[in-house]
Amino acid sequence: MKINQISLFLENKPGHLNAICRTLSEKGINIVTLSLADTQQFGIVRLIVEDWQRAKDALEAAGHIVNVREVVAATVADRPGGMAEILDVIGQAGVNIEYMYAFTFRHGREAVLVFRFDEPDRAIAALKSAGRNVLDAVSLFSEAR
Amino acid sequence: MNTQPIVENRIWQPEAECLPRPQLRALQASRLREAVSRCASVPFYREHFARLGISPDQIRSVEDVRRLPLTTKADLRAHYPLGFLAVPRDAVARYQGTSGTTGKPTWVAYTRRDVDHWSDLCARFLVAGGLRPEHTVQIAFGFGLFTGGFGLHYGIERVGAAIIPLSSGNSERQLMSMQDMRPEILICTPSYALKLMDTILNGDVPRDSLALEHAHFGGEPWTEDMRERIERGLGIRCWNNYGLAEVQGPGVSGECAFRNGMHIQEDHFLFETIDPETLEPLPDGEKGELVVTALCREAFPVIRYRTRDIGIIYADGDCPCGRTTRRMSRILGRTDDMLIIRGVNVFPSQIETALMRVEAVAPHYMIEVSRPKALDEVTVHIEMQPGLFSDSMRELQSVRDAIGSAIFSVTGLHMHINLVSPNTLERFEGKARRVKDTRRLVD
Repeated sequence: MKINQISLFLENKPGHLNAICRTLSEKGINIVTLSLADTQQFGIVRLIVEDWQRAKDALEAAGHIVNVREVVAATVADRPGGMAEILDVIGQAGVNIEYMYAFTFRHGREAVLVFRFDEPDRAIAALKSAGRNVLDAVSLFSEAR
Repeated sequence: MNTQPIVENRIWQPEAECLPRPQLRALQASRLREAVSRCASVPFYREHFARLGISPDQIRSVEDVRRLPLTTKADLRAHYPLGFLAVPRDAVARYQGTSGTTGKPTWVAYTRRDVDHWSDLCARFLVAGGLRPEHTVQIAFGFGLFTGGFGLHYGIERVGAAIIPLSSGNSERQLMSMQDMRPEILICTPSYALKLMDTILNGDVPRDSLALEHAHFGGEPWTEDMRERIERGLGIRCWNNYGLAEVQGPGVSGECAFRNGMHIQEDHFLFETIDPETLEPLPDGEKGELVVTALCREAFPVIRYRTRDIGIIYADGDCPCGRTTRRMSRILGRTDDMLIIRGVNVFPSQIETALMRVEAVAPHYMIEVSRPKALDEVTVHIEMQPGLFSDSMRELQSVRDAIGSAIFSVTGLHMHINLVSPNTLERFEGKARRVKDTRRLVD
């Protein structure tokens, strides 16, 4: 139920993010979603792409340092309170969120929350027992198409 | 040659400072002979002397110094910590230190008598530059292993003036003390004086609330241009002196009232200038690397120490002050890659040592030194590499903080740490030039 996310170091300078996107586009790799965490001086780009191994190889060949991390993706209704409900479940389970970001599918009925947990298996169990929809890679990428 | 004194021409030890040159040369020769015999208890020198077939009785004139081996910082490090100690440990009265090229300092030692000499030698340049017993002196040098704080302290004490040992940093406290305690003399690095001057000229501290008349600068190179700015800005006299821990600390040479360069305390230090490439001696008047033999030191005698400082020993005859000693220029550069940052000696190799403490394989790095206002700023640019990268911002920031603390623990300086993308720093064939220094430190 876990999704592989790739992350890269990014200097906070004009053109650096574009270089990453260009490398992926040259390989015909589509970015499902992208999240940026940044300070004044540097940042981390986190990407979800379908063929993460090919993306990692291409980016490393272009001189980047690439980490692969397992994240958990869960859907929520795209309406007020949707996100609060799922955070309640995670809070009650006592699992720590290292970081998270959200995006919506093209059809727009649901939003996807992407989590990096300190204990992903416990988080997945808690979400499932609360009746939440945790996406595996296959359904995530088919929904994203 | 300046023929008019800037302040009253005063000499602390005229019997030594104004010794007629033939007598001075004879004194140097006999002290050199004694230094060579003292050095026989230091294994490094004993081995060299044996190899070169040198014994003290062969030292008859000052020129014989050229038969002796040169000593380098690497030699001191190879005998870390106290391989050059020439007396039993119980005869040592003081240890001081200076930057090593790696994580550890270079230790130096003084007997009671060494400290006693040091006091008089610092008193010489202080008195030449305006210090009187009735003065109050604020010392804004660090009191620690750095020789500047204690050396100046002893010199001032010897003259009989009052000391405010404020130590370095904290400008507000420095200015508060300068206003409330009204010292006439300030001891600090020239760049720190510029910083204090900025505050004073901004009107936050009115100039007429200060009693300042003189400043004695040391710890870092500075220029005539800086002297003019500070003298004009604060309406004081600024004085230059020279020294290095390996041969004593401050008090090796200093300016007199006529300001014709810095008088070398030749009864205690034998100076040569050499070509740093061929190591051949150069005549007075030519620019070269200064090589110093400490003639009187008991605890830590060094022979022909390669200072790595570039300077000129002047050949233009006697100074009107009455001293018979030769004079030297300001320090005009270095023959190694040592940097002086806010008065602290830093070697690029120390940064590498610090980086290896954080990550086994030192990343590519570049050291950028600038002086945006009065004080030096250092940014260390570090290329990311797999072992340093984490996708968690918190961990990445803690890596950056860990690098900053490791650099602080090795160099004693806070530097900005800038993480940069892989393969973005310049690569070098052969010797890497890892320092970009945009300061203007020589005229």
